[in-house]
Amino acid sequence: MKEENRPEAKNPMEGFLRMDRIPHIWCPGCGIGTVVTSFAEALKKSKLDLNKVAVCSGIGCTGRVAGYIKLDSFHTTHGRAVPFATGLKLANPELKVVVFSGDGDIVGIGGNHFIHAARRNMDIVVICVNNFNYAMTGGQVAATTPIDANASTAPYGNFEFPFSLPYLAEASGATYVARWTALHLRRVTKSIQEALAKPGFSFIEVITPCVTLYARRNRLGDGLNLLKYYYEKSEIQHGADTRTLDISYQGKLIVGKFVDKEKPTFLDAMNQHMTKIFGDKYVKYGE
Amino acid sequence: MKKLTADPKGVLTGSHYLDGDFSIAEGGLAAGCRFFAGYPITPSTETAERFAERIPSVGGIFIQMEDELGSIAAMIGASWGGKKPMTVTSGPGFSLMMENIGLACMMETPLVIANVQRGGPSTGLPTLTGQQDMMQARWGSHGDYEIIALAPDSPQECFDLTIQAFNLAETYRVPVFVMTDECVGHMHEKVVIPPAEEIELVERKWYEGPKDKYLPYKADKDGVPFMVKAGEGYLFHTTGLTHDERGYPVINAECQHETVPRLSDKITNNADKIMIIEEEETDTAEVVVVSYGITSRVAIRAVRFAREAGIKVGTLRLKTVWPFPEKRIKQLATKIKAFVVPEINYGQVVLEVERCAAGKASTYHVPHMGGWVHDPLDILDVIKEAVK
Repeated sequence: MKEENRPEAKNPMEGFLRMDRIPHIWCPGCGIGTVVTSFAEALKKSKLDLNKVAVCSGIGCTGRVAGYIKLDSFHTTHGRAVPFATGLKLANPELKVVVFSGDGDIVGIGGNHFIHAARRNMDIVVICVNNFNYAMTGGQVAATTPIDANASTAPYGNFEFPFSLPYLAEASGATYVARWTALHLRRVTKSIQEALAKPGFSFIEVITPCVTLYARRNRLGDGLNLLKYYYEKSEIQHGADTRTLDISYQGKLIVGKFVDKEKPTFLDAMNQHMTKIFGDKYVKYGE
Repeated sequence: MKKLTADPKGVLTGSHYLDGDFSIAEGGLAAGCRFFAGYPITPSTETAERFAERIPSVGGIFIQMEDELGSIAAMIGASWGGKKPMTVTSGPGFSLMMENIGLACMMETPLVIANVQRGGPSTGLPTLTGQQDMMQARWGSHGDYEIIALAPDSPQECFDLTIQAFNLAETYRVPVFVMTDECVGHMHEKVVIPPAEEIELVERKWYEGPKDKYLPYKADKDGVPFMVKAGEGYLFHTTGLTHDERGYPVINAECQHETVPRLSDKITNNADKIMIIEEEETDTAEVVVVSYGITSRVAIRAVRFAREAGIKVGTLRLKTVWPFPEKRIKQLATKIKAFVVPEINYGQVVLEVERCAAGKASTYHVPHMGGWVHDPLDILDVIKEAVK
């Protein structure tokens, strides 16, 4: 059999990836690719018109996702993928807009944008790959680094309280909130599918191994060791109170779908409100 | 390039008594802007307020963002979604926008930012005038790029030049700044808004070839690539990283040398087409007063006094400040004794005049630290000094 005809030579995700940009830059053992696979799988299952799906990323390892996905894709600036997505979605409400970025990008530098997009119930899907550190720049401490974990700018261990992302998302107004790890491939796929189908601000956190930096600095082993940790310490608790989801260093990981509720999106609220004020004179935006 | 006329829905045809800030909003609406993302900041808020009030009857989006970082990010997103976006701000907000002004330049995204300047640095003089952001407009974001900046001197020009700003942004796929100031922003004057069919608009060059052949950053003859919007099946990629014609990141010196000069060249090579300057009596002048915005109106009085005193003085008003009318200043420098440059800052545009004069004519600055406009007599004193 010719090399290029061998089954393993053909990437099952080919239709969803910019194959002319493969191989990607992610390290062996990294979990980002796994989440991309789940995303592609979810897209496939969603039956969405792929011409109408756009991906926005910020900066960082996960920020590179936009560059590999074969959709209209925007690699924006650090922390600004969410407001970029806001503008894109409002300019063309027909689009399904997905923000795919890392914890440092979305809740570190982009935290303000994140909470406000959630507050407005902006109709976007936010997939946040959380690897507990700033990986692209060399493993610095992040807003998600568990207490006592070591990072290059916390060489004696982290003592700052980290964010619990599902709690932050729910408190800010998100209408769909889930957390999984890179081990829960099937469930990540399902969550992304649900989020794609749901109007409003959907947030999915996926905890992933950063083997090269976070794991190495903390002597946690390789990708497999981290998956083993997820396997042993994760516990599915759908509907859990998001106030109880703090993550301690190598501690329990409560995962599941925590929030799935109905609320008018930004555009629905705007159109409803303006119709209330102006009556039939008002032409609903985006319709 | 598609030439169009304005959509009557956004055009408030008639004679109005408006301030500069309102006129910017009306100019934007007349130019077809249907997406405004902004954050309140004195002395620019009236533009945002006017937009918020008018948008439900015109159709479009007004969104008050969480900050100026978000405002400009949303505008870039909206521009790629097919809208003509604008915002308004002042010094501190303009500083925050610098990050994504760079992204807009790199992604070659049309958008318009009006800066109603106030005194700085920092919080400075929130309610009082200044022209201290002129160099920031040119150089504020990191890296090498060119933008376009216009400087209206009246509410009427706020209207006219905002339309012009959109036409330039669409033509060159670049951020365009309307650099006004608190004085013009809050000045009420007669503003005539023409009928929609008399307002000529330009739309970005949309790509119309086969979908799989589209190269987002392949430059056309004028140096400007064709654009598409999201959602049309082009499945394109764009990035703030140095990129090739496909929009794919290429992190090396060759690609940097290939890509980045064009961001400047597409403006500088077309500078003659972009430039709008107004001259009076420069042919016979010994001294030329170079000014822009509110200061050019103050300078008129100084020039009148100087002419009464028998001094041959001409005026050159920059309606386009960036790109700078380099050729014209160089020409004039060989014929006149001196340039006098009054501006409400400690020396910004004067440096460009001095550079272009290159010692062939002297250059005099008339600084003013902001808070108010020049006393015409101060400008007159410098004209008298310059002609000696």
